[in-house]
Amino acid sequence: MALALGGYFSSASNVFTGSLVNLQTWFSTRFVAIQDFFTSPRDIASLRQRNAELEAEVAELQSQVIQLQQQVGQTQILSALVDFVRVSPENTYRAAAVIGRDPSPFLHYVIINRGSNDGILRGMPVVTNQGLIGRVEAVIADAARVQLITDPASSVNVRLQNAETEASLVGSVTGDVTLELIPQDIYIQPGDLVLTSGLGGGYPPDLIIGQVVNVRSRDFDLFQQATVQPVVDFNHLEIVLVILNFKPVDISPLIPTP
Amino acid sequence: MRNLIAVPVILLSVILQSAVISRVYLLSGIADLPLVLLAAWALQEEVDSAWHWAAATGLLVGFVSGISWVVPVLGYSAVVALAQVFQRRVWQAPLLAMFSITFVGTILLSVLSLIVLRVAGVPLPIDDALGLVTLPTVLLNMLLAIPVYAVMRDLARWVYPSPEVE
Repeated sequence: MALALGGYFSSASNVFTGSLVNLQTWFSTRFVAIQDFFTSPRDIASLRQRNAELEAEVAELQSQVIQLQQQVGQTQILSALVDFVRVSPENTYRAAAVIGRDPSPFLHYVIINRGSNDGILRGMPVVTNQGLIGRVEAVIADAARVQLITDPASSVNVRLQNAETEASLVGSVTGDVTLELIPQDIYIQPGDLVLTSGLGGGYPPDLIIGQVVNVRSRDFDLFQQATVQPVVDFNHLEIVLVILNFKPVDISPLIPTP
Repeated sequence: MRNLIAVPVILLSVILQSAVISRVYLLSGIADLPLVLLAAWALQEEVDSAWHWAAATGLLVGFVSGISWVVPVLGYSAVVALAQVFQRRVWQAPLLAMFSITFVGTILLSVLSLIVLRVAGVPLPIDDALGLVTLPTVLLNMLLAIPVYAVMRDLARWVYPSPEVE
């Protein structure tokens, strides 16, 4: 006891305790390693399960986001259409969704989900909030086929707002629209606004169609031609408005046949 | 009863054509799923109802489309006739036959459409129609040909199971 209190055993004590600590450390690390070995597969399984649950949740949330974005897009379109209806109260409209396109690549028609049950008749003009898109060409009870103004068989009587002249707007197989029958003595320039004239009774007057992009005027031609950029994006038609209170006039009996 | 499978398949193909495929453009061309589907169906050895399918599909497409019903009915019937000729002559290489029928059938249908539209007074420039519509349509139909052929082959095996050999 006296030797220990005198510090003569301190080195032996240090060696002893150090060995004990080392031994305990060795056992502890081995035990933890063995414990990890037996418990980690269970953790991986539970992590995988949790990961799968979270992935499913993320997928569900992503689908909700897509649905909400779609609803926001539709709401924006409907809101724009409502604004358009408000500023044109003289017409009665029926909204319809575009549910298909013509199977033939040579024709430019769309199919809408409203038909004669909703009061839609052949010849009624179809617009969006941006401008004219075409007119109803065929109707069944719950659907209708609309001939777009880009269709190669389409012809619309128009007027140029700035030039105060009238012309004919025709479609093409590529979807481009061209102004024809513009008199040579009329000065037109890119940017001129193209509106329906109402002549012929096929369309109501003053519906916006587009702007002149470029003009082709040659001395030896009888008329000028102009390419028009429509205001409507015909590749992304979703919801359209059918003008119900416009009755087209059939002037074909008045046209003399050769 | 086996022929009843035509009803959902044809309806689905025309709905898909109008609602989805017609919105996917290459230049101004779009794929023609009913045409490719009919070609693949008519190429299957066991199938004996391809003419009925052609008539039904043609009438349905004619109903949906603005083009005269004569075009799809005649065009699709021609595709079936071509398929039966090719099936006898190149029966060892069905994919080659499928590509050939798709190519010839698409051009045939396009030419038929052009003729009918021109007769109806629609001003269609031939070079634009062939270069911007017909050729892209041919390419898109060729892309559709292999998957549609595989699906229709499986369908034909399901509808017309081969007898067990003992």
